[in-house]
Amino acid sequence: MDFGATQIQVSEEQLMLQDAAAGLCAELSSIDRVRALLESAEGYDENVWQSLVDMGWTGLAIPEEQGGAGLSVGEFVTIFEAMGKYLLTTPLMSTVLAAELLRRSSESAAHAPLSAIAAGSKATVAFLESEDWMDASLGARVENGRLIGRKEHVADAAAADLILVPATENGALVIVVVEGSSIGSEARCAHDVIDATRRAQALNLDLTVTDSQIIRGEGLALALDETRLIGALLVAAESTGAAVSCLNTTVDYLKTRKQFGKLIGSYQALKHPAVDILCAIDSSKSLVYQAAAEMSNDRLSRDARVACHMAKSKASETILFAGDRAVQFHGGMGFTYECDAQLYLRRALWVQQAFGDPVAHRKQLASLLLDA
Amino acid sequence: MATEQQLANFREEVAGWLQANKPADPGFLLPQSFMEVGSEQQLDFLREWQYKLWSAGYLGMAWASEYGGQGAEPIFQSIANKEMARAGVPIAFNVIGLGWAGPLINDLGTPEEKSKYLKGILTGEDIWCQGFSEPDHGSDLGSAQCRAVRDGDEYVINGTKIWTTMGNYAKYMILLARTNPDAERKYDGLSFFLSPMQVPGIDPQPIRKLTGEYGFTQTYFNDARIPASCLMGEEGQGWLLAMKTLQYERGAEAGAAGGLSFIRIALEDMIESLQGIKRGGEPVLKDPVVRDELMQLVIEDKALSVGDKRSVISALTHDYRGSLPLSNKYRWTEHARRMRQAAVRLQGAHGSLYVKDEQAVGGGFWQRAYLQSFSATIGGGTSQVQANIIAEHVLGLPK
Repeated sequence: MDFGATQIQVSEEQLMLQDAAAGLCAELSSIDRVRALLESAEGYDENVWQSLVDMGWTGLAIPEEQGGAGLSVGEFVTIFEAMGKYLLTTPLMSTVLAAELLRRSSESAAHAPLSAIAAGSKATVAFLESEDWMDASLGARVENGRLIGRKEHVADAAAADLILVPATENGALVIVVVEGSSIGSEARCAHDVIDATRRAQALNLDLTVTDSQIIRGEGLALALDETRLIGALLVAAESTGAAVSCLNTTVDYLKTRKQFGKLIGSYQALKHPAVDILCAIDSSKSLVYQAAAEMSNDRLSRDARVACHMAKSKASETILFAGDRAVQFHGGMGFTYECDAQLYLRRALWVQQAFGDPVAHRKQLASLLLDA
Repeated sequence: MATEQQLANFREEVAGWLQANKPADPGFLLPQSFMEVGSEQQLDFLREWQYKLWSAGYLGMAWASEYGGQGAEPIFQSIANKEMARAGVPIAFNVIGLGWAGPLINDLGTPEEKSKYLKGILTGEDIWCQGFSEPDHGSDLGSAQCRAVRDGDEYVINGTKIWTTMGNYAKYMILLARTNPDAERKYDGLSFFLSPMQVPGIDPQPIRKLTGEYGFTQTYFNDARIPASCLMGEEGQGWLLAMKTLQYERGAEAGAAGGLSFIRIALEDMIESLQGIKRGGEPVLKDPVVRDELMQLVIEDKALSVGDKRSVISALTHDYRGSLPLSNKYRWTEHARRMRQAAVRLQGAHGSLYVKDEQAVGGGFWQRAYLQSFSATIGGGTSQVQANIIAEHVLGLPK
């Protein structure tokens, strides 16, 4: 029985990106700025986005021929970990995943949208038509020059210049590249996302599409499947960063709040769960970095799949554990909107579902490990 | 520095030797760990095996050759240990010597102490035990009360130690005793002895463990006289030396002479052991609830293995410096306990059987392993004490 590789390594380039990300996120995303954006329509700061574009982060995994840096996503998961730590939310994750889907399609029709993304266009993939992340079947279809269908939970749909819509055409999977501007407001319905740092929409699509918008090819189902797994890894990295600042917030409170004449952090009923959160974070980090080491720009290996399932399962549980206990351990304060614990708990609830919940990932993992 | 090629060649050599020399099943229950040596039969068998390992050059490789070692780079020992685990050979049973007392003497001992003690540890001739815990002072080692009073060229020892692994077979003990009961800090009143065991007034009484087996003693000291030269370092340095010893005990293999202290009890084998078990007419391994539990264990197993590798990459440990080494014992031992408990729970009705029953799965291996797992979650500082240490040292929480 083989549980997959346990190697991790880091390159100079990764270390530089990690340092740059930590510095930039700390500078751009103080907790006051995070809170200021919660109630805004956009949910992110356009200037911040521009900084990310200027750093070249939108094109990191895009091939050099299309204006990117040609890295593998594994080499920059720490950017998302840093963004999670500072609760910095932008359309970067959606955009990176859209680029990943385009690149993995290996079709020449993907070159133009890839170049646009490398140049700073925002993009997203409309993965879902229901609540079921594990259902790859599609109702959306291309027929007589029209794209018809409903997509739900489309992350950053309002901000996206390009929306990649998986659909069927004569029974075959295609990816339709839709310009955001071609979808009117009447076709969009904003979700009220529990993680208020994020934005998503449901889309009722009934659009004219031209042949040049449609990416066709044999490898699309696999490309889409792999992109979902990479999405799971990026969410795992981001939520691991968030779990770190969540635990730090809790620990700061345990070190300052006194009850019955003692700092509450001296009570083992609070101390020991804090240690278990720390250990869960350490597990999540190890699994995220290991999965990152298994990533490549080719087809994902069996070990890469194993690692992504493990990382998403563990990281989802870790942030929920950390967020849930953060609220409880803040006592009465924890019940208020003003307390930052709620930001992490709401993030945790979003994380559970994004790209598949922990049980779903373990189910797929079990198939890979026990049935092969 | 050895080249990759040299290491690969060495790995092949060890694997080959182990394959050729792995002892046959002796027909009696062998210990899963060094804490279960409970009969002369087991002792003779394990002593012979350890001598064979040492003669072949696979123990004490990093120790100096004048003391029975080879002065090799520690990586060679680490490779040999991994191959022993992989080959499933018996343990190198003299663990207190090989892993704790030996490294301590090797690092901090005088030349006389090194010449006197190290080689016998490697050959298995001199069995070592540890006298740290006391009946009233388990995890709170600093409060140890066993007294050592200087009388001319001797110390007179009075008190009781407990959980003395192989206390009834040992020739020497690393002994923590109080030389100054009036010291301002309780820690400063402790001293450290390399004490002989075959002395009038030292009486090790075997303790029967929850597994039904033996392996420990409660050791009584009644006006036992030991030479003053047994004092290691100076009076009052006992706490320092005991903490150093615990570092060897809790750390992976730093400075250790090598060999296995525990036979490898891997999650892969646990899942394998469930192959024939049915639930509702279907293989238990097809049950979705069981699969989910197993995957949780697999994920933690993998996280722990990767964590051991991550702990040496400083850029990937920036958020909580020191957390991985400090939580290593806590996490691995708790994981082992949960995994072995699941192994028993998932056997169906056979999970209620024990080692003498012919129908017990794998001879009751997992039952015994689960009960035994508490030795690691309790010994060397309980998990709860470990959690306090981690909370205070890594998270900075108040005492």
